[in-house]
Amino acid sequence: MRNVYLDNNATTPMAKEVIELIQDNVELYGNASSMHRSGRDADTAVEWAREQVASLLNCDKKGIVFTSGASEANNFVFLTFRDLIDEGYKRNRIITTTIEHPCIEETSQYLISRGYKVDFLSVDRTGKISLKELEEKLGDDVALVSIMTGNNEVGTIEPIKEACALAHKAGALFHTDATQAIGKIEVDVKDWDVDYVSMSAHKFYGPKGVGALYHRPGVPLRPLIHGGHQESGFRAGTYNTLAIAGMGEAARLAKLNLKEEAEYLWKLREKLRKGIEERIPNVVINGHPTDCLPGTLDVSFPCAEGESILLYLDMEGIQVSTGSACATGSLEPSYVLLACGVDVEIAHGSIRFSLGRENTEEDIDYVLEKLPPIIKRVRMMSTRKEQNNG
Amino acid sequence: MANSFMSQWVYTDTVKEHFMNPRNLWQDGEDFEADGIGEVGSLACGDQMRVGIKVVDGKIQDLRWLTYGCASAIASTSMMSEMAIGMTLEEAYHLTPTMIMDELGGLPEHKFHCSVLGDKALRAAIDDYLEKQGMPNPYKNKVAKVMCECKNVTDVQIEELVKAGKVHSFEELQELTGVSTVCGKCKNKIKEELEELLHIYSK
Repeated sequence: MRNVYLDNNATTPMAKEVIELIQDNVELYGNASSMHRSGRDADTAVEWAREQVASLLNCDKKGIVFTSGASEANNFVFLTFRDLIDEGYKRNRIITTTIEHPCIEETSQYLISRGYKVDFLSVDRTGKISLKELEEKLGDDVALVSIMTGNNEVGTIEPIKEACALAHKAGALFHTDATQAIGKIEVDVKDWDVDYVSMSAHKFYGPKGVGALYHRPGVPLRPLIHGGHQESGFRAGTYNTLAIAGMGEAARLAKLNLKEEAEYLWKLREKLRKGIEERIPNVVINGHPTDCLPGTLDVSFPCAEGESILLYLDMEGIQVSTGSACATGSLEPSYVLLACGVDVEIAHGSIRFSLGRENTEEDIDYVLEKLPPIIKRVRMMSTRKEQNNG
Repeated sequence: MANSFMSQWVYTDTVKEHFMNPRNLWQDGEDFEADGIGEVGSLACGDQMRVGIKVVDGKIQDLRWLTYGCASAIASTSMMSEMAIGMTLEEAYHLTPTMIMDELGGLPEHKFHCSVLGDKALRAAIDDYLEKQGMPNPYKNKVAKVMCECKNVTDVQIEELVKAGKVHSFEELQELTGVSTVCGKCKNKIKEELEELLHIYSK
């Protein structure tokens, strides 16, 4: 059976070059903090990786702190501001959005539960924030503004450069969770002038369990893991040398292929979108029609429930994700879609196709062959059919 | 791709089989004249079921169903249909989610409450049938469990209030029935039950 992996926003397979680099260096056992030769070899690998990541982000490599991934990087920033506020920082409010990844959403709720002030920017039907609302919410008590670069579910790209300028004008620092955007669109720290950026290697064909936080040298940062001098004392723990080196290679490849890859993914994505709209009646495309991560397509099939669609597709070797409650393990469907003002039933029937560099035109043809009868079948079984024309 | 870890499917083989080949599905345009129809579930949790029954000599002679829901909702309704056909109305009325789940070989904990609604839809269909026939409903109160002993309030009463849209919160339920206002022992149990019912019936 054909295997079509269309869940690249969840994770990507490691690039062939990344696998080779890790395999070639699997015996690199030194502790990168040691002064002797094997330590220095490991350190060379870590520093080489740091350069690759800095080059991809167009930022000062001194600002890169390696972490276990983006969840850690995001916690790093939010908990830094918790500490600052505890220390009596003159500003004590954080602004973020309603569509952030759970590692920001739930960290925000944690802070709120402990009495900290966090405000949320709403988004429109396409998942976009409003700069006007940001401007209204900003004030001289705002310490941090955190807005994701591109949304993991609907793919909407936010106006980061403009939002960052507004935050700076109001004297606040600016963080963006660029986890889904890195390797897909250009993330330019210098051009955007952002203070903090979070990222994760496994979203751009690197290994899992490794990521990074960029912080503009000099901005506040408080250690998240205490107990060692690694990463200038910001992040204790022996370096995960191989994972970090793998991330470096993934960053090098991402920079090399960025433009062609984005064009290629958008072409495939549009082929899939048009094909679905042509072949299946009554579909709803979620997210922004153009300001969208090139490989992301979130579609709702009213009258059909997402988990059923996902599992019937899985039987055909097609791997996707859904915003349905059944798949989230909670009783609520995707909070991102609900925040966009999508009706609850439409949210339950959402499928996210997230394409990657290994996908081909033939993969899309295969999906377009298998998907329509599955939707027809799920709708045929559904209690909901008479209310729509499905 | 090299891989030494092969996964199992999300659910049991029986669930998978029913999911792939659902039994007694209500086909589009099918000539099935139901004697009673019941519908339960809500979009809030993404599961809704409709069951139609044909009754001959006090037995369920045939049954059709539709489900908007996940794989375990589809499979459990399909399984329920196989179990219910041939049962007397009384037997059918006593079908429980646990009986359906056992036949399926088990379901993940978080799926059980939300997706096994077939028995409720079946009971609603039997209620509907008896009402249409102008017959008394001898089962309804028999399956009822007393939830609050001090005030003698049953789960069926609570369910009816929720269904009718008269109760939206525990406080409203207390106001109407006085549950948990005396010894208060039943409070957590009733809150849990109510939460589930609100979820199933909220529109």
